[in-house]
Amino acid sequence: MRYLPHNEGERAAMLAAIGVGGIDDLYVDVPEDVRLDALIDLPAHQGELEVERAIAGLAAKNMSAATSPFFIGAGAYRHHVPASADHLIQRSEFLTAYTPYQPEVSQGTLKALFEFQTQVAMITGMDVANASMYDGATSTAEAVLMAARVTRRKRAVLSGGLHPQYRDVVQTMLRYTEFSADGAAVDFAGDEDLAALIDDDTACVVVQNPDVFGRLRDLSPLAEAAHAKGALLVAVVNEIVSLGAVVPPGDMGADIVAAEGQSLGNPLTFGGPHLGLFACRDKHVRQMPGRLCGETVDAAGRRGFVLTLSTREQHIRREKATSNICTSSGLCGLAFTIHLALLGDVGFRHLARLNHARAVALADRLAALPGVEVVNESFFNEFTLRLSRDAGEVVSALAAAGVLGGVPAARLFPGEAAAANLLILATTETVSDGDVDRLEAGLKEVLS
Amino acid sequence: MSQSRDKSGGLKLIEIEGGPRTHSGHRGLDHEEPLIFEQGAPESTGVDLPEVGDFTDRLGGLARQGPTGLPGLSEPEVVRHFVRISRDNHAIDMAMYPLGSCTMKHNPRLNEKVARLAGLAEVHPLQPPETAQGALELIDTLAHWLITLTGMPAVAMSPAAGAHGELCGMMCIRAALDARGESRQVVLVPESAHGTNPATAAMCGYRVEAIAADPRGRVDVAALAERLGPDVAGVMLTNPNTCGLFESDIVEIARLVHAAGGYFYCDGANFNAIMGRVRPGDLGIDCMHINLHKTFSTPHGGGGPGSGPVVLSEALAPFAPRPYVIREGDGFRLVESEHDPADDGRAFGRLKGFHGQMGMFIRALTYMMSHGADGLRQAAEDAVLNANYVRAGLEDVMSLPFPGPCMHEVLFDDASLKDTGVTTLDLAKAMIDEGVHPMTMYFPLVVHGAMLIEPTDSESKASLDEFIALMRGLMADAAAGDVDRFEGAPFHAPRRRLDETRAARQPVLRWRPPAPAEAAE
Repeated sequence: MRYLPHNEGERAAMLAAIGVGGIDDLYVDVPEDVRLDALIDLPAHQGELEVERAIAGLAAKNMSAATSPFFIGAGAYRHHVPASADHLIQRSEFLTAYTPYQPEVSQGTLKALFEFQTQVAMITGMDVANASMYDGATSTAEAVLMAARVTRRKRAVLSGGLHPQYRDVVQTMLRYTEFSADGAAVDFAGDEDLAALIDDDTACVVVQNPDVFGRLRDLSPLAEAAHAKGALLVAVVNEIVSLGAVVPPGDMGADIVAAEGQSLGNPLTFGGPHLGLFACRDKHVRQMPGRLCGETVDAAGRRGFVLTLSTREQHIRREKATSNICTSSGLCGLAFTIHLALLGDVGFRHLARLNHARAVALADRLAALPGVEVVNESFFNEFTLRLSRDAGEVVSALAAAGVLGGVPAARLFPGEAAAANLLILATTETVSDGDVDRLEAGLKEVLS
Repeated sequence: MSQSRDKSGGLKLIEIEGGPRTHSGHRGLDHEEPLIFEQGAPESTGVDLPEVGDFTDRLGGLARQGPTGLPGLSEPEVVRHFVRISRDNHAIDMAMYPLGSCTMKHNPRLNEKVARLAGLAEVHPLQPPETAQGALELIDTLAHWLITLTGMPAVAMSPAAGAHGELCGMMCIRAALDARGESRQVVLVPESAHGTNPATAAMCGYRVEAIAADPRGRVDVAALAERLGPDVAGVMLTNPNTCGLFESDIVEIARLVHAAGGYFYCDGANFNAIMGRVRPGDLGIDCMHINLHKTFSTPHGGGGPGSGPVVLSEALAPFAPRPYVIREGDGFRLVESEHDPADDGRAFGRLKGFHGQMGMFIRALTYMMSHGADGLRQAAEDAVLNANYVRAGLEDVMSLPFPGPCMHEVLFDDASLKDTGVTTLDLAKAMIDEGVHPMTMYFPLVVHGAMLIEPTDSESKASLDEFIALMRGLMADAAAGDVDRFEGAPFHAPRRRLDETRAARQPVLRWRPPAPAEAAE
């Protein structure tokens, strides 16, 4: 077995040094009647070549965005990841290190975390960010719990434009706590009045921008309404590249930002691992969940970085911790940081403008097709179409023609009749003109 | 000592410490690298993107007005920055990383290679399931390996890490009790448990009570039996436990918990010690999370991502969260909502966006297929062998609170450092100077000055011999009263000891531009 260094002679010598006759003598604490003598019924070990062939065989059964015109978003976006970003995260020193518990030999990870926290705070317009959560949905749930701690209130109001999986995760995480989250009705029309739902027991209002249908909204009036009643505004962003083109939530009065960072540095990989971003105001930092990296000095007076404010965390506070989270999304965060370092301010805003330009052009082209209506007045790189027939059938027909043509809203909102003909489409810098031609032709054929 | 030439061309021995102060601030290969925010120019970038012509935006009046403040660097500058800072990290690929409870084993690069195949990395979680049959089959195959290895009937695949898996398991327990119409309030957790256990129980609305340990470092079964009752929802127990010991009464513990009407949560963080030797399903547990990033070697990446599937008993399986993969006809399908005809409405909800940590599934399955049933068992045995070899090599100079064979990690306390003036922390920092990563320190909480050493199955005998020798040397130095080399340690690391108190009292959690007056100077 290529990963196990010992040969039989060494094993025997080690057992002798320990003073036992065989390996079984080291398992004596296992009750006799549950010890396994035979091998478990699974295949035997295989060489690299065989394993690679087997996994590649599974990969070959999938339709991939690399080889098909691709227009799917709804919380995970395909962007071009620079080659150097993926190369750098595979350096042994990053890939095979643990959480930086011994800071003297973890300054690489810690410095990158400090840069990550700073970048997230900068692009969201917030004061401070943590070292990451699992994904955007769990970040959102943690934001609601944090708002409840800060306000000492028990109820959250969820926008009907929130990604329904985020809504489900929030409600699941609150299910056995003293807190609850009331979802507004699905906001198909884009006219929900969330301010009217805020009362004196509201801990926070959770609103996504752009929303799940791709629409943008000015959060400032909602922030004012929430603050007037002593509630917090939690802003959710699931396409982080949008912040290169859109006013950041911090500039619209958000108190907490929960976001999905996959778009930068990280592939789709069928939905995970992705990258939960979490940012807030300075005054609430001690109620924040998750790890935080901070600056300090070493015994020689040199700048250095450590994990800090850990009295919020489970390994110190146990059942009184702000969250049970331990492992987060370190390496995904590093990929994000390297990608954003490569982009810089100019590149980040350029990338966002490019995405928006592509989306505007796509929307205009598709709007000209019979049986297609663009629902959105505003959008970033994703918008919703109302088709003349069931969108699920259309997506299946497009897939049969080799085009991955968006997400039928009914998949996100099963049981909602109003979702039936709605199709949510995204485009990014990776979509070519030829891809758009094929989508257009496919839609034309399916809808004729 | 090292060598240099004297004027006559011969070699002169010199002290390794010190050396001239350098003009650059660097010390040879050890570069003092500024933050990215302190480099570059705002107008620079490390990407080339196509030009965008004029168009009318449709941002609804919400176009970003100002710059972000992000620094601009070219690709070579970015690459050099991250290569330089990476060299300040200890890593498994460099030297032993015996961090107890964390299982820092070798991360095969084949796993990284196949996770990047376009047919897996470039597949969207919401593309039509008929276009993602390979992805669903991979999840189903990994699930089969996990339930076969553990002897459990079902597995929930979506949890994103160990603590997230704990939440999944405890929510299943809560949902099962709710379905029985029972409102039990207490979860029993040993004091030796990972902090995530009590934190998780609290998130499920339970009050946490500690279970006592017996003098052998195991659960005190009599005390547990005494405490069990109609108010106890369940017990959370790590096995092998955090003292590195197999809970020898675990079958009896399971029987007692079930007789009292509760459920048995097993923290599977240490499954790597027993895979192929014992099936948790034969022990009577109801659920157990498996840290794919520990036992099955998906890399830790400086703090994640992880993956924490949870195996479940028949009693808990109906309450597992959505989504889940089912076989249908010749293919596979995802059940994502209570509106799906295949769903019976008992799932407790959804734990994360999409379907689970697919990238980690790919790596873990690759690792498991590479090892096979024979190799996984051998890996468990080698992990146990290595820990016991370290135990045998050190037990005459270090203090073993619980004598006898251990599992995959060996726990020492600080009794042998008593009156030396050296603490567990000092010893850990001195290990850094010796070129290895320190063990887990001050955990578990049940022994004084805990040192938990987990060599893993990846270490060769030569590596373990070197480790034992250096630890014996340090213990001899401590016994001889050579306190300076400990209190000042580390001397040979990118940084000396860091001021953690200052970091917490005056938190600086992000870079900020220098104040304008300063910038104008």
